Amino acid sequence: MGEPLVEARNLTKRFGTFTAVDSVDFTIERGEVFGFLGPNGAGKSSTMRMIGATSPITEGQLKVFGLDPNADGREIRARLGVVPQEDMLDEELTVTDNLTIYGRYFSLPRSVIKPRVDELLEFAQLTEKRDAKVEALSGGMKRRLTIARALISNPELVILDEPTTGLDPQARHVLWDRLYRLKQRGATLIITTHYMDEAEQLCDRLVVMDGGRIAAEGSPAELIDRHATPEVLEVRLDVDDHAGREADFAGIGSRTEVLADRILLYVEHADEALQEVRAKGIIPAATVKRRAGLEDVFLHLTGRTLVD
Amino acid sequence: MAIPTALRFVEPQALAYRRTWRASVVSNFLNPVLYLLAMGAGLGTLVDESADPSGMGISYLAWLGPGLLAAQAMQTGAGESSFPIMAGFKWRKSYVAVMNTPLDATDIFVSTYVWIVVRVLQVSAIYAAVLVAFGVTEPLGAVLGTLTATLTGAAFATPIMAFTSRLEDDTGLSHLFRFGVVPLFLFSGTFFPISQLPELVRPLAYATPLWHGVELSRSVALGMETTFPWWASVGFLVIWAVVGAIFALPQFRRRLVV
Repeated sequence: MGEPLVEARNLTKRFGTFTAVDSVDFTIERGEVFGFLGPNGAGKSSTMRMIGATSPITEGQLKVFGLDPNADGREIRARLGVVPQEDMLDEELTVTDNLTIYGRYFSLPRSVIKPRVDELLEFAQLTEKRDAKVEALSGGMKRRLTIARALISNPELVILDEPTTGLDPQARHVLWDRLYRLKQRGATLIITTHYMDEAEQLCDRLVVMDGGRIAAEGSPAELIDRHATPEVLEVRLDVDDHAGREADFAGIGSRTEVLADRILLYVEHADEALQEVRAKGIIPAATVKRRAGLEDVFLHLTGRTLVD
Repeated sequence: MAIPTALRFVEPQALAYRRTWRASVVSNFLNPVLYLLAMGAGLGTLVDESADPSGMGISYLAWLGPGLLAAQAMQTGAGESSFPIMAGFKWRKSYVAVMNTPLDATDIFVSTYVWIVVRVLQVSAIYAAVLVAFGVTEPLGAVLGTLTATLTGAAFATPIMAFTSRLEDDTGLSHLFRFGVVPLFLFSGTFFPISQLPELVRPLAYATPLWHGVELSRSVALGMETTFPWWASVGFLVIWAVVGAIFALPQFRRRLVV
C-alpha cells in the first residue's frame, strides 16, 4: 500500500465560533474508494475542501500526497481532480471548450488535451454532445461533464462532493456505473454522500460524520455487522404516534428504534421475530422484513433518520 | 513554454469573448460614430458659433472626441470590472471552480485584471481609429490616445473590482453607475471644460481619474496644454490603479479562500 494518500489527525475547521469539523482522524489509502457519509451540515464538504487544498485547515494535521495543504496547495491541486457539489461549468461554452479550458489551467499542451477530451467524452457518454452548449444539457449530463472535467489532468485522487444529489434515479445509475468503472481502473476516489445506497454500492470504506465528528468507520459490511443485526423487522401499528410503544416489544431482538411512523426491531431472523410479535397479541397494521443496511447503522449512531 | 499561473485564467475569458466578439466590435464601432455625429457634428455646430472651448480655434467635434475616448475607456473599465466579477464570484462561480485547479486567488485577480485592460485597449483602439476617420486626430495621436485611454480604464478597474468583490448582490452596482460613473461621464471635462463648473466643485474634478484621462487624451491627440504636467496626471492614474489593487486583491482572497 505504501504511504497513504490522505492522512488527517485531529483535523479541525472553524468558521468564527462555529466548528464545522471537530478534530477528526482518518487515513485514505491509494486505490480505495473512501466515503464520507452524513446529513447536510455534518462537515463533509468542509473536510473535502480542506483535502482539496482550497480551504485552510484551522487546527490539527492534514497530509495529502504527503504534502501540507496550507503550504503546498498549488502542488496538491495539480494532482487532484475535484467534482464540486455545484457543477460551476461555463454554461455558454461548448462541452469540448469546457474540458479544454480546464485542461489549460493545469498547463497541459493542446496536443495532450485533444485526445484526452475525446477519450473523456466517450467515458462520460457525451461524444454526441461535444459541440453543444452546456446550458442545453440535462442535469445528469452536466454532472458527467463535471466528472470528465475533473479527470482531464489524469489526477491521482478524485474528490466527488455529493456526485448524484439532485439527479433522477436513471441518471444516478448511469453515474454510478461511470464511477464504478473509474474504481475498476484503480483510481482513488473520495465520495461524500447522504445516500446510503450510494455509499453501499461504491465505497470500500467509509466514515459516518455527524456534527463535525466521525461517529464510526469501516467497510459497509463491517459497519452493518458492528452496529446492526442481520435483519430488521419494521412494524407499523394502527396508532397516530409510535412513541412510547417500544415497551410492547420488549424481549424481541437486540434493539428497537422508534420512528414517528413505525418501529424498527433489530433481529437475527425477521420471520421468527414476526411470530414473536404476533405471539404477544400485537396486530401490526403493516410489516416489512428486510436485511439491515447502512441506514440502520446511521440511525443507531446518530439517533435520527437521514432526511433533511 | 508553459503560461505562468497568474495569466492562465486570461485564455478562457478570451474564449468566452470569442462567442460575442462580432456584436461587441460592431457596438464598439457604432458607439463613437453615433456620439461624434450627434454631439460633435450636430450639437457642435451650435457650440462653434458661440464659443471656443479649447481657446485654440478648433471645432467642438475635435475638442470633444479625445474626451469621449477617455470617458468611453472609463465606462468599459467600469463595466468589465463590475458585472463579470459578480458573475465570477456568485452567478456563474467560475472563480470558485478555478480555485480547484493549480491556480489561486491571486492568479484569478491578475488574469481578470489583465483581461479587463485588454478589453479597454481594444475598445479604445477602435474609438481612436474612428477619431482618425473623423479627422479629429492624426494616427500617431490616435495610438497615444489609445494608451492614455487604456490607462484611464485601468485606473478605474481596480477600485471597482475592490468595490464589486465586497457585494452580495448587484444593487450596489446600479448605485455605482448611477451615482459614480454617469456623473463622472457628464462632469469631468468631457463635454465642457471644468472651468464652467462652480469654483467650489472644481477640485472634485481634479480628484477624479477621468478628468486626468481626458486631459491626457486631449494633450496627445490635439497637442493641447495640460493643466498639470503630463507625468503628474499619469502618476495620479497609476496611483488609483495601484491603490485599487491593494484593496481588491485581499478581498478576492477573502472571498475565495474560506
